[in-house]
Order: sequence, then structure tokens, then C-alpha cells
Amino acid sequence: MRKTLLQDLFARSLTEPLTRPDSQAVELARALDAAAQRQLGRSLSIRALDAGSCNGCELEMHALSNAFYDLERFGLRFVASPRHADVLMVTGIVTRAMRVALERTDQAIPRPRWVVAVGACARDGGLFAASPQGMGGVGAVLPVDLYIAGCPPSPVDLLAGLLALLQQKT
Amino acid sequence: MSAWEAAGARLAAGEASLVSLWAEPGAVHLALFEKGELGHLAHDCPTGRFPSLARVHPPALRLERAAQDLCGFIAEGLPDPRPWLIHGAAATPYRFLPVEGENLHEIAVGPVHAGIIEPGHFRFTCDGETVVRVEERLGYVHRGVETLMAGAALPLAAQRAGRMSGDSTVAYALAFALAAEQASGTAPPARAVWLRALMAEIERLANHLGDVGAICNDAAFALMHAHCAILRERVLRASAACFGHRLMMDGVVPGGVARDLSPAGVALLAGLAHEIRAAFAPLARLYDMTASLQDRTVGTGILHPDLARQFAAGGYVGRASGRDFDARRTPGYPPYEQLAFTVPVLREGDVNARIMIRIREIGETLGLIEQILARLPEGPICAAWRQTRGEGMALVEGFRGDVFVWLRLEGETVARCHLRDPSWFQWPLLEAAIKGNIIADFPLCNKSFNCAYAGHDR
Repeated sequence: MRKTLLQDLFARSLTEPLTRPDSQAVELARALDAAAQRQLGRSLSIRALDAGSCNGCELEMHALSNAFYDLERFGLRFVASPRHADVLMVTGIVTRAMRVALERTDQAIPRPRWVVAVGACARDGGLFAASPQGMGGVGAVLPVDLYIAGCPPSPVDLLAGLLALLQQKT
Repeated sequence: MSAWEAAGARLAAGEASLVSLWAEPGAVHLALFEKGELGHLAHDCPTGRFPSLARVHPPALRLERAAQDLCGFIAEGLPDPRPWLIHGAAATPYRFLPVEGENLHEIAVGPVHAGIIEPGHFRFTCDGETVVRVEERLGYVHRGVETLMAGAALPLAAQRAGRMSGDSTVAYALAFALAAEQASGTAPPARAVWLRALMAEIERLANHLGDVGAICNDAAFALMHAHCAILRERVLRASAACFGHRLMMDGVVPGGVARDLSPAGVALLAGLAHEIRAAFAPLARLYDMTASLQDRTVGTGILHPDLARQFAAGGYVGRASGRDFDARRTPGYPPYEQLAFTVPVLREGDVNARIMIRIREIGETLGLIEQILARLPEGPICAAWRQTRGEGMALVEGFRGDVFVWLRLEGETVARCHLRDPSWFQWPLLEAAIKGNIIADFPLCNKSFNCAYAGHDR
């Protein structure tokens, strides 16, 4: 393990540098960080909630934490408790079985809070819009501040979406 | 004894293994694996009542509860008639099974978990730190997929099949396409067959890399997680460059594949395989050499081989507990009969064994990717669709285990479709594997199973 750690210590960083103009993800995250500071005077905490997705959106939200995107260096982080959150990021069609859980999670978030609907399903039910088991997206249950398109949205799309939310509010 | 009950007796005797059980108005269906072949049996039940097979073969229990929920059928003699997939379907509140004894306490977890995780509920009964029992409650992500499939146009149905479980989109789309092609008599061109296998192996590689890192992370070994996440991201970026989508959604379509692979893509993937092989070997050694990590994984969450066999558990869950089964080999589908690979099997059944199976499968999958790239045939990538009526079924080895799809086609419309995730026979075994472990090891055990919620809940 020591050898691996030493190698890592001296290896070139994979995290895409801030100044690289072709790195869309990083440019957006920096802009988001500045806007978040203006809004909240601190970093932005995100509570993710799967309300009936296929798990595709979750996989890409996980990817935001890998060494290439390294979300936390901008003060953006996923938190375990809704009571620590500023943003509720919801994926999925909102199944009938998850409706109450979604509402209770939202109620546990201190105000002001923003609701972000992630992916085609969360927007309007997507390919499952006709399902009698679904509410047809997050908008049917909660006021949505922003939709992030994609099936699933890529990590870059997710960062772009969070930026758009902050610009809309500022 | 009807053919239905005779099949139940063979399942109970261990002569056949259960692949799936589902209902449609007027009939219940059974798919089983027997003497190396996939079989199908339909049992007419115009009254909506059929004899429960779970009475003699417990792995059928949740499938029969689901059949009751989805079709309003009654499985006569069903030992546990509570609803399963549809919440609020019964007039009475859902009751967890009673647990009695001194010093016991209950812990309710979910459906919302502390992280980016799919929703499900676990009801733990503990004696101090030791788990006496856990009962799962699933169905929170029930999207009514099978209801939506009935009457859907073939392309739309294929897209939905590819979103049963996002991590297994290629496996589901492939199983759906194979079943539809069997129903219509359409033969996909050779190049498409090989490109499908290539996508399926890339999906397996990405998921196994993610899993090895994530399981170690649940034992607080973040170093492995960080390294594996880098490799996974490299695979996803290569997938996006070659197939136009990071998870390769909608890449496999009935009749063939949606996108061809360019010569530059072949070179890119060959380079990727080479790079991952070089980068993963020291990580596998690191896992093997770290005693503090092994202390958490060895002997934890043991699944007994008898249970794995009885439940016909697929994937790494079955193979880590002595069940030597891989749908790519038996019943098998092209082009795997032309490819060389071994199926690793262990008998220990603990978290360590489930990690070791994945580590070995990463090596096998890299070998398959290299073989496919070297021998990829030229030619068209999609066949013209034959408009007919018919039924078809397929069993495809996804990263998690065997994905089963059965469907009935009428021209280019899906009349009925059933999709069964491998998790159906893995979730019940997690309940058994956690028994007697400390509750702090549950996330570790759970991640080593990595069952699907969306795929299971349909």
C-alpha cells in the first residue's frame, strides 16, 4: 500500500486543470462556485434522491466525485442528511411508492432550498410517462427550480445544470 | 398432477432451476433451466387462480407475490400472500414478519438512504450489534414497465428495456433484442453480433471496476475506490467516443446495433484494454496484500452453496458460492462459442470471494474484448425486420448475472413482455448471508451483492 501511496503522491494529477479552455466541466464548476458563494456565502450541499430512476442518473452523479471531476474541490458536495442540504437533486419518474418519501425529504431541508430535477424521467416521466405507477415527473409533486436534460445527463451536463440554477437565482 | 405442478416438483427436487415466473391475463408462465436448456411452460388459468409453486420451491415466492400484484391472480397456497411490488395494493397495512425474543431491537432503514443509492427498505432485528434477521421491502421503484410494454411499438419497447437497470442497459437491450429476433425469425448480421458482445463486455468491465472500488470503500479503503473510479471513467469515456453514449444506451437494437465501430474506435478500445490490464494488476495485488482490508472481507457475509444452488443465484453471487453457471456458456449465445474464456468459481461465499470473482472476471473480460477486436467481422450492422407473430425468450449474462426476457410480438408491436432481473434470486440470499454478522458489516455485504432495485422493481 505504501508503494501505491508514494506513486500517487508523485504522479501527475488527473483532475482536469482549471485553466484548460477545452474543459467544459471545470469552467462551469468554478463559475458555479463563485455564484454559490454569492448566494449562500458558503459551499453548496446537495442531497440526491432517487424517486424512480433506472439508476443511470445515479451512476453519473457518482462519477462527479471521481478524480477527473473532483466535485468537492469547488465546495460542492453530496450530503447524507437533507437537514444539511441546500439543493435537492431528484431523479426518476416519481413512483407512487416514493411520493411520500420525496415530500418528507423535501420538508426536512432548511429554506431556502432549490429543487433540481435530473434526467428525462424527472422532467416529465420520459419513456415511462404513460405509467400508471408514476406521477409523471418531479414537477407534479414539488416546485422545480431547474431541469437538467439527458438520459442520463453526463457529469458535464450535471455541472452545467447547477450553474444555470445559480445564474437564474442571482 | 398438472404439468405446472410436475415442474414445481422438479424444481423442488433440484432437477431444474427456476428462471422466472410471471402472469398475463388468462395464464401464468414458468421459465426453467433444465438439462442444460432453457424451457418455457404456460399454464392456463382463466379463473385467475393457479397452484402456488412457492409451497414446494421457496425461490418462487416473491415472483408469485408479484404476479398477484400485477395481474390480480391468486396463487393458491402461497405461504406469504402479502403484496410485493405494488405498495398500498392491500386493504390492510403492510406488516413485517414478527420477531420474538429477549433483548431484540429493530432498526428501520430506507427507502431514502444516506448517499446516492436507489430506494429500498431494510428492517433489521438485532441482538446488540449482531443481526438476527433482516427483512427487505422493495417495490419503491416499481415503474409498471410490463404494463407499459403491452401494446408498445418495438423501438420504444427496446428503449424501455434498456432502462430497466441503468448499469445493465446493454445486457437488457441485448436480451430484449435476442427474444424479439427469435419471435420474428430475424437474424442479426455477423458484425452486429460481435459488436453486441463487445458492448456487453465493456459494460461488464466498467461495472466490475466500479464494484471492486465501491466494496473496498465500504470497508473504508478509499484508495482502491479512487483508483477504480479512474479506470471506470476511462472506460465510460471510451464508450462515449466509440458508441456515442457513456453507458451505451440504445446501442443494441432489434435486428442489430445502432452504430458501427470505426477503425479508430477499434484502436482506441485496444489501447484501453491494454491500459486497464496494466493499471488493474497492481490494484488486484494491493487488495490481496492489505491485511486490514482482508480482515473485513474474509469470512464476512457467507452465503452457503446450498442456498446459491437452490435459488439458482446468478453472477458473482452464485459463482462465489460454488454455482458454476454462466449464460454465455450454457445455454450460450453467439459469438461466445467462438471465444475463449473461463468462468471463475469459488466456494467460500464470503465478501472476499465475491470480490475475487469480479477481479478474475475483469481479466477474462479484457481477454474477450481483445479477441473480439482482433476478429471483428466486416459487413452490415442491422438486418431488415421480418413482420410476423411469435414468441421468443432469451437469457443473457449481464455483469450482475443472467437477465431473462420473454415476449410476444405481433408485427412490430409488443403484445406482452416480461423482464426478470438477476436480483430476484440474489436479494433473498442477502437476507440469509447477513444473519449473524454485525450490523456495521451490512453495507459491505450489500455492496458485495450489489443487487438492482430498479431492475428488480420493474
